[in-house]
Amino acid sequence: MNQVWNIARKELSDGLRNRWLLSISLLFAVLAVGIAWLGAAASGQLGFTSIPATIASLASLATFLVPLIALLLAYDAIVGEDEAGTLMLLLTYPLGRGQLLLGKFVGHGLILALATLIGFGCAALAIGVLVEDVELGLLIWAFGRFMLSSTLLGWGFLALAYVLSSKVSEKSSAAGLALGVWFLFVLVFDLALLALLVLSEGKFNPDLLPWLLLLNPTDVYRLINLSGFASGGSAAGVMALGGDLPVAGGLLWSCLLLWVGVPLLVAYWLFLRRPT
Amino acid sequence: MNAVEIEGVRQHYDSLTVLHDLSLCLGEGEVLGLFGHNGAGKTTTMKLILGLLQPSEGQVRVLGCSPNDPQVRRTLGYLPENVTFYPQLSGRETLRHFARLKGAALTQVDELLEQVGLAEAMNRRVKTYSKGMRQRLGLAQALLGAPRLLLLDEPTVGLDPIATQDLYQLVDRLRQQGTSIILCSHVLPGVEAHINRAAILAHGRLQAVGSLASLREEAGLPAVIRASGLKQSAQLLQRWHAAGHEARSVGVDGVEVVAINGHKLGLLRQLLGEGEAQDIDIHQPSLEDLYRYYMERAGIVPGAEGRA
Repeated sequence: MNQVWNIARKELSDGLRNRWLLSISLLFAVLAVGIAWLGAAASGQLGFTSIPATIASLASLATFLVPLIALLLAYDAIVGEDEAGTLMLLLTYPLGRGQLLLGKFVGHGLILALATLIGFGCAALAIGVLVEDVELGLLIWAFGRFMLSSTLLGWGFLALAYVLSSKVSEKSSAAGLALGVWFLFVLVFDLALLALLVLSEGKFNPDLLPWLLLLNPTDVYRLINLSGFASGGSAAGVMALGGDLPVAGGLLWSCLLLWVGVPLLVAYWLFLRRPT
Repeated sequence: MNAVEIEGVRQHYDSLTVLHDLSLCLGEGEVLGLFGHNGAGKTTTMKLILGLLQPSEGQVRVLGCSPNDPQVRRTLGYLPENVTFYPQLSGRETLRHFARLKGAALTQVDELLEQVGLAEAMNRRVKTYSKGMRQRLGLAQALLGAPRLLLLDEPTVGLDPIATQDLYQLVDRLRQQGTSIILCSHVLPGVEAHINRAAILAHGRLQAVGSLASLREEAGLPAVIRASGLKQSAQLLQRWHAAGHEARSVGVDGVEVVAINGHKLGLLRQLLGEGEAQDIDIHQPSLEDLYRYYMERAGIVPGAEGRA
């Protein structure tokens, strides 16, 4: 456990040194505040509208951003050390491969969690303080859920990045594949699902379709954040499918957790097989 | 207990065999030089000792345990051939990171940086270090936690002559303290005085192992005797030619003669006695000569017999 922390603290201090933590937090805070006050501008309103609308817009944005940041943070975790020659050196130390991987995950995971907490937390604080007669209970509940699920989403993509990083032998291919993973889950998956829906002309069992959403961590994440509000009118596109999903929030959360755990195990498995 | 014991190890990657029946041991407080061409199997041997590879056949014991034993790893130091470290960290931060991972005292960090001559540069980022400085940082890293076994892969690459000399002195000092050292190198001149034994690898087979004296004897390489200020150099030359020695004159009153095993003392006696030589210079076969001899033997006779 000590060794895990030794690796994690280096990643954490790297995150502070190269100002990743600062810039991600700042980016989150600015976007969150911006969306909270200007998000409704399209519909002709200015200023804070409602908590559900804000969370819905924030979740749509975070769906794009959080995976990208997580992949950028972690894509070179293993292959980068290998290219610098430090991986071989580290493996001659009293340090298991599992400890090394877990240490990286704890370090990167803390950076993401802290950035989410600081960035979106500041926005929540601003809303709580500046907006009059806002429902504080709902605000804390909705933002808490949003921040927790964003962190889990980020962790899932960290784990996916480790899978790539353990597999490939060059940093550039890891970067390319990371971009591919991002495209797949954030853009292609939903389009493919819609295409399936249209092209099958109703022959595809419609009861099955909502379950397919669980195969994409970003969809699970959006389902979590769009549900639970009294007015569900903000769901659009494939998310409307989620409304039919006869699943409880608990299952969605477990699904998101699985999206962290399973890729992490796959990454460990691949890392064990990586030749030195 | 031997520091390293390699017994009958065969190593292959897929269908390519990189080590054939390697047996090698390293005593405590011994310095072994490991030499060979590129791809001879030096790095594979190192990786086996470091526990980075599992032998396909045979077994490797390090300090009496399996190389993967965490306790062994704590008492083992390794200087890799190419390591760039973390460019954004300073030398001191880098070493502190590795010290924590090895469980070494953090107070050792500054001492070691001082010892390898990086005291002034320790707060600079590793990015700004020269190749030699990075090599010295790697060396300091290998010495963390006072290892009982030290593996140095090309330790002198990038070092200037003085730093190289410092390194060899450090090797001598560590040997006196009882550290066992394996020194893997391409750079042969200068290293022979600092190793107890040499092992020469070619094509994944151990061609020879032993002290320099025993290798010279085994190889039977001639010594070259050069003498000057001779009274009767022409007569000596004539006699030697008749006896089948390879000899030639050098300058006005000098000769050079090749002494095959066992003839050296006889030739010297003649030079001192009848020749009344004023100056004699004996050139013993160097490590380089031995290396060349074993390499040629391995190259000319493909798959020369592997020796333990």
